[in-house]
Amino acid sequence: MEADVKAGPAKSALLSVRNLTVALGGHTILRDLSFDLFTGDMLAIIGPNGSGKTILLKALLGLVAYEGAIAWSTGSQLGYVPQKVAADRQMPLQVRNLLEAKARFLRLPSRSVELVAEQVGLTKELMSSGIGVISGGQFQKVLIAYALLGEPNVLLFDEPTASLDEMEEEHIYDLLEQLQRKQKLTVLLVSHDLSVVHRSANMVLCLGKGRPCLGPPQDILTPEMLESAYGTAPKYHRHSQSSQPVSQPGRKHNDVP
Amino acid sequence: MFPEQIYSILLALLFAVAAGLVGSFALMKRMLLAGDVISHLALPGLGLAFTLGWNPLLGGACSLFAGTILIAELQRKTALATEAMIGVVFAGALAIGTALTPEQDLIDALFGRFQQLSALTFAAGLVAISLILLFVFRFREQLVLSLFSPELAAATGVKVDRLNLWFLLVFSLTVLVGLRFMGALLAGSLIMVPSATGRRLANDLSGFLFASSLVSVLAVTFGYLLSTYIVKSVSLGPAATIVAGVLFAASLLRKPSWA
Repeated sequence: MEADVKAGPAKSALLSVRNLTVALGGHTILRDLSFDLFTGDMLAIIGPNGSGKTILLKALLGLVAYEGAIAWSTGSQLGYVPQKVAADRQMPLQVRNLLEAKARFLRLPSRSVELVAEQVGLTKELMSSGIGVISGGQFQKVLIAYALLGEPNVLLFDEPTASLDEMEEEHIYDLLEQLQRKQKLTVLLVSHDLSVVHRSANMVLCLGKGRPCLGPPQDILTPEMLESAYGTAPKYHRHSQSSQPVSQPGRKHNDVP
Repeated sequence: MFPEQIYSILLALLFAVAAGLVGSFALMKRMLLAGDVISHLALPGLGLAFTLGWNPLLGGACSLFAGTILIAELQRKTALATEAMIGVVFAGALAIGTALTPEQDLIDALFGRFQQLSALTFAAGLVAISLILLFVFRFREQLVLSLFSPELAAATGVKVDRLNLWFLLVFSLTVLVGLRFMGALLAGSLIMVPSATGRRLANDLSGFLFASSLVSVLAVTFGYLLSTYIVKSVSLGPAATIVAGVLFAASLLRKPSWA
């Protein structure tokens, strides 16, 4: 992955973004963003609220208008797990109905729903539960199952655990890592949780007040970089490593409240 | 029984099925009340047709479809909710409609008359209902996905804006077929009441669609028997609506598993 490459798209890149600019309601949210993504990458997108993380995902999915170039390599299949879905409690829709609707729309084999349910761990009972009555963690698993239908090779994840408790959060990230390993998924993950970012991602794209920065977690998750992105003193640092250089791959990081 | 009468009954029953299905999706879209309101969009055309001596249904159809497209366009341009735009266009349509309709024709326009149908009108009705049913079965999955989350549906490849416009048109077409039997004021009742009843009775999609259609068919069947053999002064529209209301009341006796 390379940041701000002004030349043409790299040949083997799965995704090539060049000079991406997105404006909404007269405000420029993303300006002149360029980066490449390669198969098997796990790119974490971080930055303060309003820095355009969700908009970036939406632009990559083709859901918002943009200027510049976004090129997915041929045959790329995208799966999307949005930040929030306000499911209507009154909807007479079971989990199974939702997954089957997508499977039928995409003309997937009838077994695909069962396969994906098994993969994500949706029980038979959950499959026939109403979509509006299941817990936050279960709902998130349903959304992941929904995204995995159709065997995508890229998963775009927008704050997948924002509304979950710690146990559920852990479970979702375990599931995500497991899927990434087994299915060689490429993942784009928007997250506020920097410890998760450090643990899971091999690349970090930081959007924020300054110029967007891109690199491995150990280069980006430094107090200086974070301060320049967030505009305030970072809430994130290394325990007992403050005087060390930041390149310590694999080292577990923690949030400091 | 005359063949014309059989045409009428058959078309009324098919309309009931279509109204039950379209009403089910309208209930999930939370635009059920639009069934009542949107039928009033036919009024300016009906009024103009009465004044100029045209076929009232043709006039009604033109103004209803023009109104529907106007709603969709205004919604897109103003980014306001569907119901807000329906409210605005409805108020205008009702005002223009009543101003245009000659006084002696106003009652007919509002409450309709149960007329016997010619073979040609029957054929036209049959085509309209086939289109409605075809749309529901062909786009059922896309409707479900866009109801659950428009954004997720778009990311899955559903053309959500186009689907919404199609749904509004099909919704209006359903109301239009109903105008014949139910009149402008009650044309939406078989879209609204049976689907609310069906929702009480079923908690999964297929069961819900089936229950709504069944209640709608029962309402038309018993409404017809009521208005033909028991209380002859009542026409099919009010009779079917009353039966649907009674069925809804009966559904309240049982607490649904999901509530």
